[in-house]
Amino acid sequence: MRNTYVPYPVRIKKAEVATEDKMLKSFWLEFLNEADAEAFDYMPGQFAELSVSGYGEIPIGIASSPTEGNDLLFTVNKVGHVSNRLHNMKEGDIMGVRGPLGNSYPLKDMEGKNVVIVAGGFAVTTLRSTMNWLLHPDHRSKYGDITFIYGARTPGLLLYEDEWRSWRDSGQANVNITIDREAEGWDGLVGFVPTVTEQVAPKPDNAVALICGPPVMIRFTQPVFDKLGWQPEQIVMSLENRMKCGIGICGRCNVGPEYVCKDGPVFTKAQLDKLPKEY
Amino acid sequence: MAEKILAKDKLGGFLEGLTSKYEVYAPQESEGKAQWARLEDTDKALWEFSNTHMSPKEFFFPQSETMMRFKNVQDGEEGMVMHSEPGLGDKRLLLNIRPCDAKAFQVLDLIFVQDEMTNDFYWRDKRENTTLVGLGCSDPCPTCFCTSMNCGPHSTTGLDALLVDLGDKLLVKTLTEKGEALAEGLADASAEEIAAAEAQQKASEEQIESQVGMDQVLSREVMELYEAGHWSRVQESCLNCGTCTYCCPTCHCFDIQDETSGETGRRVRNWDSCMSWLFTMHGTGHNPRGTKLDRVRQRFMHKFKYIPAKRGGEVGCVGCGRCVQLCPVNIDVRRVVNDMNA
Repeated sequence: MRNTYVPYPVRIKKAEVATEDKMLKSFWLEFLNEADAEAFDYMPGQFAELSVSGYGEIPIGIASSPTEGNDLLFTVNKVGHVSNRLHNMKEGDIMGVRGPLGNSYPLKDMEGKNVVIVAGGFAVTTLRSTMNWLLHPDHRSKYGDITFIYGARTPGLLLYEDEWRSWRDSGQANVNITIDREAEGWDGLVGFVPTVTEQVAPKPDNAVALICGPPVMIRFTQPVFDKLGWQPEQIVMSLENRMKCGIGICGRCNVGPEYVCKDGPVFTKAQLDKLPKEY
Repeated sequence: MAEKILAKDKLGGFLEGLTSKYEVYAPQESEGKAQWARLEDTDKALWEFSNTHMSPKEFFFPQSETMMRFKNVQDGEEGMVMHSEPGLGDKRLLLNIRPCDAKAFQVLDLIFVQDEMTNDFYWRDKRENTTLVGLGCSDPCPTCFCTSMNCGPHSTTGLDALLVDLGDKLLVKTLTEKGEALAEGLADASAEEIAAAEAQQKASEEQIESQVGMDQVLSREVMELYEAGHWSRVQESCLNCGTCTYCCPTCHCFDIQDETSGETGRRVRNWDSCMSWLFTMHGTGHNPRGTKLDRVRQRFMHKFKYIPAKRGGEVGCVGCGRCVQLCPVNIDVRRVVNDMNA
């Protein structure tokens, strides 16, 4: 049996700064071995440990969708030892990927339902994966209305601009992009994500909401959903906790009896309501 | 599977036989304590001791363990590819392991090997290549409470063979094929000898005075226990020093770090502790267990509520009593569990 701690070797095919503050950088990674690409069988919502020899590993959500082929996309915030090193790496460099890890969004259970996606800041990564999955020609007809709400502080911090513009222009989803304050050259929505969510007012009937963002965004978005009549079972959230092993052993990411790395990162609000707020 | 007899005057030859086939480790006296060490001189193995100072979990989960190696060159493929460490070479045997410590391995098996993804190569390899020979405990400590934790002084769980000291001879209870291989050539135990071992087991169990209740802990909701008032009292004296986690035979939290030296590097895993403030610290500065109370509560909740909830009722404690003996501020796990159960 394979040693699950050993990362698959991958090559950085493309690396580009993703935001104007240069804190986020996107990496397209290709597997060195075809067999590894096949073994890395993932779904939107899952994450992987990015591995840089001599520096360590960091858990990062997978931003690509399996509908996009074998290459993997990760958008990484420059905050620590490993991510700083990663930001200094260049196209052609070799690194490691371990995964896929964790559970995924409940895409099968969501079939036949309307979908609301709420993203704040760079937490949009795994939701980009989800949007690409939902809008793929093989999948779009399985879902009802799709509402995408995504906010960032400034226009320059919005990720994947070409893509959300194309989702909006195709008319296949109701796309709402907002920034916190007025900015020169921005003619779109202005206001915080919870405010925009209230304006868009997604109906709870036969619907599921996927929410991912910083704790403060989630704290203010949840009451909006409550006010609109959504039940805890309909709200799906993705948690982040400090991790190391990524496979439910090392003991640091647990929230009550659940391991964020293995039982999550995706949980319904109904599940989280029964657990300590240790996230 | 079978009960055999080993006369003590033949013990020397028996142990010599073991050391010729295995790397044998046994409790031996060192600095006035019973401590695990390689058995170079078979006369040095201890047969009368309460328990070893530290648990033998290190044999399967070392304090520091190399997981992989890599070349510390940043250019080219060679530098970025990890090479997993090979498995345990020689077969190992742990002699005179106490039943509580063996039971701890069975608990940890449920955590380290869960399914295809959670199948810890390093743990599994060492478990498969090690034989565990237990020694029934006839001298429990006042701090022992194994009988309250699905265990006991003569428990056979997790062992390949259990030895029971019958004075001038040892009863060898073989429990697995690995254990049977050890007892080859030994005579079968008589009904009297088996009865003597059973009587000794009963006498040992009766010596264990500490009883801890778990029924309410198991049946209560997570949040009811989490929000209980007694945690503020427990945390008052706790120093978050981590001694309890390091001496515990079932504590298994770890960290993974890369180390480099010149042109070589290795990925290492080290023991870690939920008592540490950094343990759960996020890159953003947010800490989900930011207070001392959060951390001390986590240790007890993990052992007595979260592990049972996740692992079919198995408790993450075997009642060895080490944490009671070694806590510098006298936090007593038995009192904490009884408070959780009250």
